[in-house]
Amino acid sequence: MNPLAILRKDCERPIVNIDDFSLLDERDHLHYLDSAATTQKPRAVLQAMQSYYEQHNANPHRGAYELSAQSTEAYERSRKRIARFLGVADVDTLIFTRGTTESLNVLATAWGRANVKAGDRIVVTRMEHHANFVPWQQLALAVGAEFVIAELAPGGVLDLDHLAQCCTPNTKVVAFGQVSNALGTINPVSEIVRIARTTGALVVCDGAQGVPHFDAAVDALGVDAYVFSGHKMLGPMGIGGLVVRREILEAMPPYQFGGDMIALVGDERSTWNVLPHKFEAGTPNVAGAVGLAAAAQYLDGIGMSRVRAHEAALLAYTTARLTEVPGVTVLGPPPERRSGVVSFVLDEVHPHDIAQVLDSAGVCVRSGHHCAQPLMRALKVSATTRASFYVYNDADDVDALIVALLTTRDRMGLA
Amino acid sequence: MSAELEELYQSIILDHNRRPQNFRVMEDASGHADGLNPLCGDQVTVWIKLDGDRVADVSFQGQGCAISKASASLMTQAVKGKTLAETQAIFDRFHAMVTGQGAEGITGGMKALSGVSKFPLRVKCASLGWHAMKAALDNAAP
Repeated sequence: MNPLAILRKDCERPIVNIDDFSLLDERDHLHYLDSAATTQKPRAVLQAMQSYYEQHNANPHRGAYELSAQSTEAYERSRKRIARFLGVADVDTLIFTRGTTESLNVLATAWGRANVKAGDRIVVTRMEHHANFVPWQQLALAVGAEFVIAELAPGGVLDLDHLAQCCTPNTKVVAFGQVSNALGTINPVSEIVRIARTTGALVVCDGAQGVPHFDAAVDALGVDAYVFSGHKMLGPMGIGGLVVRREILEAMPPYQFGGDMIALVGDERSTWNVLPHKFEAGTPNVAGAVGLAAAAQYLDGIGMSRVRAHEAALLAYTTARLTEVPGVTVLGPPPERRSGVVSFVLDEVHPHDIAQVLDSAGVCVRSGHHCAQPLMRALKVSATTRASFYVYNDADDVDALIVALLTTRDRMGLA
Repeated sequence: MSAELEELYQSIILDHNRRPQNFRVMEDASGHADGLNPLCGDQVTVWIKLDGDRVADVSFQGQGCAISKASASLMTQAVKGKTLAETQAIFDRFHAMVTGQGAEGITGGMKALSGVSKFPLRVKCASLGWHAMKAALDNAAP
């Protein structure tokens, strides 16, 4: 077999049963390569949510009746299941939120306003998603802190020397992504943590693009806070989480006030419920948590090492085949330092036009700045085209992408 | 490839994308305005020079997809030398065409933009330079 055929064979089939994904199963000619934006949902997730509403729906933590207890049980059992998937031992330090964006806003607002003062420093990296950039930038502006960006080294990786220079003793926050959503760069978390620990900063890891793709082992990362979204890991939209070390959560003021998060409400003062409830004001998204727990179960059934290996195989095959398309430049580090993401530019063709032509071939990719404008500026591009892979993709999807890119060249009048 | 796609990327569009007309900064403009599509990061600046009631000169610069660039280029050709009332009428006809309300009264190269109406997501791309032109007129000091 020639080398390309071997690479193709390694990712010839998806590592899931496509029947599990109705949307993909019913659209034979769809090549969904935008899982970094959101993943498709397996039937097990949808059924878990449906059966929660059909069999156990009631407001949790409130009613004295059996049905409410069932709802509470479903919610808290889901928290345990997801904590286990994440590698988090202290289950009550997993706070459910609407997702990564809300989790980061909780930290920047509740922790940030209480702990960051004028003259302090906040450090982020050049490759952050806007969700891990703008909340910290706005916090810095609001309290008069310094907002500092750790730059990239050549090749789309973080410059660790520059990060070390940025981490001065007055640094109160170091926030970084586990994996870049725009490039797929996998960051060296233990190195970053080691550097950040030379300060007394809160160390925040954005795991939105990490959790779905490899064993997150959150406790072992040694960070203070870890955030993620459910919908990027086969779960429903509108649920995600925030994991923070217990002593930090206990000292941190609430983010929102209302039902469920209180202990005693006096006429003049109130006191707060215990963890995790202190940070979950209002009726929670029980069905979302149930769906996310089912997604964790589904991924554990596959095994995260297989997920990682499948994405690496797809990436290797894509990288080899992209050489057939003249004018393609892949951005970021070599494939072995990336998750299942290929971000590229094609000569003078604007990514929006590429995505349009690809769409007519049933190939769904993301075009644009990927909510990472500071990164796009540093790379000196206005936008890129991004193909991202997951468990249901296979070599056919890659083949369709390559054919469609050749069509794009043709359609856009490139020789 | 679909017929709709052929219609979207007609050769006139590709030509204007590659060699946009009036693609320059204007130093002595009566007014200018920026257009921004935060969704895809496309950005355009349009300059306008008025001579009484007439658009004496119009130019643009920026970065964007083929549709937004070609449409801005065609816009400059369509309104240069026209009166303010004529410019408004051309804008209205363009808007009707790309939003699928018919291409009545459309002349010249602008016809090449009719394919946009089949792609509702691209109407914003095609309109970027046109809205910036309108804003530049509003800003213009005669």
